[in-house]
Amino acid sequence: MISQEPFRDPRLLDSLFQAIRSEAELAGRRFSFMEVCGTHTHAIAEAGLRRRLAPRVRLISGPGCPVCVTPVEYLDRAIALGRLPGVRLATFGDLFRVPSSRGSLETAAAEGLRVEVVYSPRDALTLASAHPEERVVFLAVGFETTAPAIAATLAEADRLNIRNFYILSGHKVVPPPLRLLASDPELALDGLLLPGHVSVLTGWGIFDFLAADFGLPSVVVGFTPADILLGVLELVRQRRKGEARVTNLYGRVVRREENAEARRLMDRYFTPIDSDWRGMGVIPGSGLALRSEWAGRDAGLWPVSLPEPIEPAGCRCGEVLKGTISPPECPLFAAACDPDSPVGACMVSSEGTCAAWYRHERYRGEAAP
Amino acid sequence: MTLPDRILLAHGAGGRKTRELIEELLLPSLSNEFLATLSDAAVMPRLPKGRPALTTDGFVVDPPLFPGGDLGYLSVCGTVNDLSVAGAEPLWLTWSLILEEGLETSLLRTCLEGAVRAAREAGVRIVAGDTKVVPKGKGDRLFITTAGLGVVPPGRDLGDHRVLPGDVILATGPLGDHGATIMASRHSMSGAALRSDCAPLNGLISALLASGAEVHSLHDPTRGGALVTCHEVCARTGLRMVLEEAHLPVRPEVAALCALLGLAPVAMPCEGRALIWLKESDAARAIEALRSHPLGRGACAIGRAEAPRKDRSPVAMRTPTGEERPLDLRAGADLPRIC
Repeated sequence: MISQEPFRDPRLLDSLFQAIRSEAELAGRRFSFMEVCGTHTHAIAEAGLRRRLAPRVRLISGPGCPVCVTPVEYLDRAIALGRLPGVRLATFGDLFRVPSSRGSLETAAAEGLRVEVVYSPRDALTLASAHPEERVVFLAVGFETTAPAIAATLAEADRLNIRNFYILSGHKVVPPPLRLLASDPELALDGLLLPGHVSVLTGWGIFDFLAADFGLPSVVVGFTPADILLGVLELVRQRRKGEARVTNLYGRVVRREENAEARRLMDRYFTPIDSDWRGMGVIPGSGLALRSEWAGRDAGLWPVSLPEPIEPAGCRCGEVLKGTISPPECPLFAAACDPDSPVGACMVSSEGTCAAWYRHERYRGEAAP
Repeated sequence: MTLPDRILLAHGAGGRKTRELIEELLLPSLSNEFLATLSDAAVMPRLPKGRPALTTDGFVVDPPLFPGGDLGYLSVCGTVNDLSVAGAEPLWLTWSLILEEGLETSLLRTCLEGAVRAAREAGVRIVAGDTKVVPKGKGDRLFITTAGLGVVPPGRDLGDHRVLPGDVILATGPLGDHGATIMASRHSMSGAALRSDCAPLNGLISALLASGAEVHSLHDPTRGGALVTCHEVCARTGLRMVLEEAHLPVRPEVAALCALLGLAPVAMPCEGRALIWLKESDAARAIEALRSHPLGRGACAIGRAEAPRKDRSPVAMRTPTGEERPLDLRAGADLPRIC
């Protein structure tokens, strides 16, 4: 394993800030870049990079938190499924406290809903095998990083002939919303910091369209402060020279080619569908549904009655997710909405933009951009 | 007469089986003149000069065996450490067991041996105990409760009331080893080079205090790790605590596990580390004294106490970029995350 220590060396970070400043001064203008991935948002906030980069470089947080972009209707359905007789839900922790139209999985659990927080879909499969009398439904939410693991678990369920394991797929893929954001005139992005983990699975070649179709410099980076600053430096440089390429600065783990085994598994179990993103609406081909031959595993096909979906009143998660406002511009931020009593999903998930700002940046007195 | 492989309800009923358990398993290991009488209470000699200090703690760790220790070893260390950070010299402990029917006798034996080893390392004696057995399903294998009595020597006064703005905060070694080890064991992550830091701290703390450094307060960052400890000191002193991320001693394997599970090393429990608040000009001397002890080799400064500021978080981390970020107390346990 490569030690992360050198990537946090204060002297290295200082020289990177210096280099970015010089490049930006040479260019003689300001830049807006979006970090797509929620883990980047968190890392940027944790290291305090945003303020040191301002005002020359503005970092805008993107829609890269899978829980946050999951529409409220998904959770409504999950809770309704959990109320069916003999059903036990299994979920990643991020989803547990996210508000639905009526309460969260956490509050429903207190009222008797059977729901287990697991670290891995394999744990959900173990639950199913331990409770053959129940139907165990795994709440499958995530991006390209999670989908192959779910697919592998489905393959394992078939291999072990565990019939009482089901999923409710809320999976999404990253490239389609980037197409929308890249061409959004309101955002007017100058470049993109691309998700490092997703790229491990998809390969960075999948993002070629950002440079080719939209002329946007884009860079795949890792998650330490030095990785991120190096990415910003690369974007500023490309802009100054009038270039637009996709560059991979995360060569420690990311290749141009996709992970073929992960792709094979995903294609075996999932098929692209149009999918609803909170804040952005329905985006063609941006979701993953179970293929029809696996309908027997698809809890999404079970008939349940759903409440009218209600977004939390006053919550501006949608605009935060799209990057058109920063969290402190939402009147609920740190007032009616905090991680202990979250109003919107962005304040719940550790990758959520509001949670990252609340946890790491709320004393920095950052002015809204 | 040999004990069965598993604990029976009868072992807690007070009759012959209970006596067998005590006489065949517990007494031979624990034996000392105070315990040996098996009377209702251990009657102890007069306390050394100073102020008595008394503490108690319950131990319910799952799993009860982990790399670097076991529930028995931990149960003695925990109480010894609570006394030690209060400035007391630990003397006597009680050791009380709640066993679940069906518990493997070998597991009990291992934990007993662990407790005996910890007591020997700490130079304390287990002078009283109790054994109860609860029906299967009413407990989780083995719960241990300890109480400890020690004495704060005359003239020694440690506590948060003495912490001053400008005090340096030291850690006696890498943070989070215990918490990360337990997490890894729970999730069956094998092959990891993780090991609990669990250890009795009284010797290390004696060495520190003998250095003559002006120590103001000591804490053992157990549940909630250094994060919770700093919040507690902050609440009691009204000062703010600022930690330096670049100086925080975290082993790469602990950092990696935390990164994987989305946890903060600063919030991971330790069972053999102390945090020390002391006069800034004495920090170097204190670090030297700590490093000369086997349990303090990794001692270093991690931050300082500062005068409170309205516009800043009461507990904060200074990042390698020189920015500060707030370190909040979380409402509950950290939840595992998606990616």
